[in-house]
Amino acid sequence: MSTTASVAAGMRRGILRAPVYVVLVIASVLAVVPFAWMAIASTHATSDLFGTPLPVLPGGELWVNLARLQESVDFSGVMLNSLVIAVIYTVFSSIVSIMCGYGLATYRFRGRGLLLGLVLVTMMIPMQVLLVPLFQMMASAGWIDTYQAVVLPFLANAFGIFLMRQGFLDFPVSLIEAARIDGANEFRTFYRIVLPVARPQIAALVIYTFISQWNAFIWPLLMLNTEDKYTVPVALNTMIGMSRVDYSGLMLGSLLATLPLMLLFLVFQKQFVSGLLGGAVKG
Amino acid sequence: MVATSLAVRERSRATTTRRRALGQRLQRPGAWFVLPAALLLAVFFTYPLASSLWQSFFATSGGVSTWVGLEQYARLFEDPLIGKSLANAGILLVIQVPLMIGLAVGLAYLLNQSWLRFRSGFRLLTFLPAVTTLVAYAVVFRVMLATDGGAVNQLLALAGVAPIDWLNDEWWARVALIAAITWRWTGYNMVIILAGLQSIPAELYEAARIDGAGRWQVFTRVVIPQLRPVLIFTTVTSTIGALQLFDENWILTEGGPNDATLTPVLYLYKVGFRQFDFGYASAIAWLLVVLTAIIAVIQFRLMREKP
Repeated sequence: MSTTASVAAGMRRGILRAPVYVVLVIASVLAVVPFAWMAIASTHATSDLFGTPLPVLPGGELWVNLARLQESVDFSGVMLNSLVIAVIYTVFSSIVSIMCGYGLATYRFRGRGLLLGLVLVTMMIPMQVLLVPLFQMMASAGWIDTYQAVVLPFLANAFGIFLMRQGFLDFPVSLIEAARIDGANEFRTFYRIVLPVARPQIAALVIYTFISQWNAFIWPLLMLNTEDKYTVPVALNTMIGMSRVDYSGLMLGSLLATLPLMLLFLVFQKQFVSGLLGGAVKG
Repeated sequence: MVATSLAVRERSRATTTRRRALGQRLQRPGAWFVLPAALLLAVFFTYPLASSLWQSFFATSGGVSTWVGLEQYARLFEDPLIGKSLANAGILLVIQVPLMIGLAVGLAYLLNQSWLRFRSGFRLLTFLPAVTTLVAYAVVFRVMLATDGGAVNQLLALAGVAPIDWLNDEWWARVALIAAITWRWTGYNMVIILAGLQSIPAELYEAARIDGAGRWQVFTRVVIPQLRPVLIFTTVTSTIGALQLFDENWILTEGGPNDATLTPVLYLYKVGFRQFDFGYASAIAWLLVVLTAIIAVIQFRLMREKP
């Protein structure tokens, strides 16, 4: 009796719940199909990408495509450029953000309110507004086509600073005080006590910073004009503009461009998400 | 419940007082900590921003700059491409942003159901697009949307639909751009909204249920009002994103066909670095500053207002 009722209830619930799974499966498929297509297309010749029927299984052209990609735009060199720039940027920008965030959260000093306001304004204003004057500055410094021109103007990352400030606001003051009573000076306290405890937030910051530089397009596009200095997005952009577009190569290049971020995401899922969302969730 | 929240507030007030005392004792180290950032912001943000304003009052021809007052700003009003790029951003705002935020809320709500199985799997898969490199995903969409034999048109052909000229027709190009951006950013916004959903106290749901509210009523009367700050945040971020759009429409269509996907930032890029008309580009830049400021003020107002 009661089992029949519960089976009936279960079925009713199942009927209500089935559409939810259907919707989620459709959404997941839509999210994944372009990835799958990118991966499959990387292993076929260009002519197959537009032939009927479309290939749905991996083909055998991966190495051929890779060799062609390497020959046409030196893709391994381009990947290395992107990696070097992103790592250098991440190291220095993170240091600047961590220090500034800590200073803003922990100390009172003259100009603190002004600086905080400046950080908030920088966060809101689109960086593209600065393209013309920054371009002129780099040109007059003779830095066009150099990596310092790509990295330096955006080292103070307002979003990163804000992220760190929010993080350090929650930092237990008692720890800082204890260190101070033990006679440690401010920088030692920061280095020995604060940094180790703040490691999870710093991990999120580092990932966020790395992604923002890896994705950077418009500024490197303006700054870099010799091919052996290109970053991945700039190189992909050049490939699109070629007279005979190598579509398989483009798909393979896009796949390779995405792989480092995918790896970061799969390994550091939690920090990756909190880094991407940043202050968003905490408000 | 009330007692704990009071205790928490008390503790945080104590922390604030101690923090202030701590800060007052030590002024100088604070300044040292922020010095690198302050210098960098002054040189690479404040100065160029001011320089851009200054340059917007000049016209440059043949390497000679002449003061023209507000003439560059007057050009903004007469330039049909400014109108078109703002209209394109407006189309994104009116169609793409609500579409994406709506989808994100829906997905987040479904993913937040306690009985759901494979929840982390679904969340992982729907978030995946947010992990792609911007230029790379735009490239993939460009290839998939090719008119002759592109993957999308071939799939449509299976359903008997004639090939669509995605990237060469004004309206289809906009549809393509909207689809691409929505694909890339829905999962991102979903995760933000999901975090917002998870911070809604369970008691609120229970109270609503005791009051006899149905599923839909719980959604509209409890969930949506509680999500208000998160929804404002995601909407404003997406709005600013639409104004700043460059990577996607540059790769997909270079702003074409017939400027159908031209955005203000893409136009600024073309004026500044194709025509090298720095004065006018600076005026466009300041138009963007003003528009962003207006959006910021609206956000601030909305956030302060109680629902």
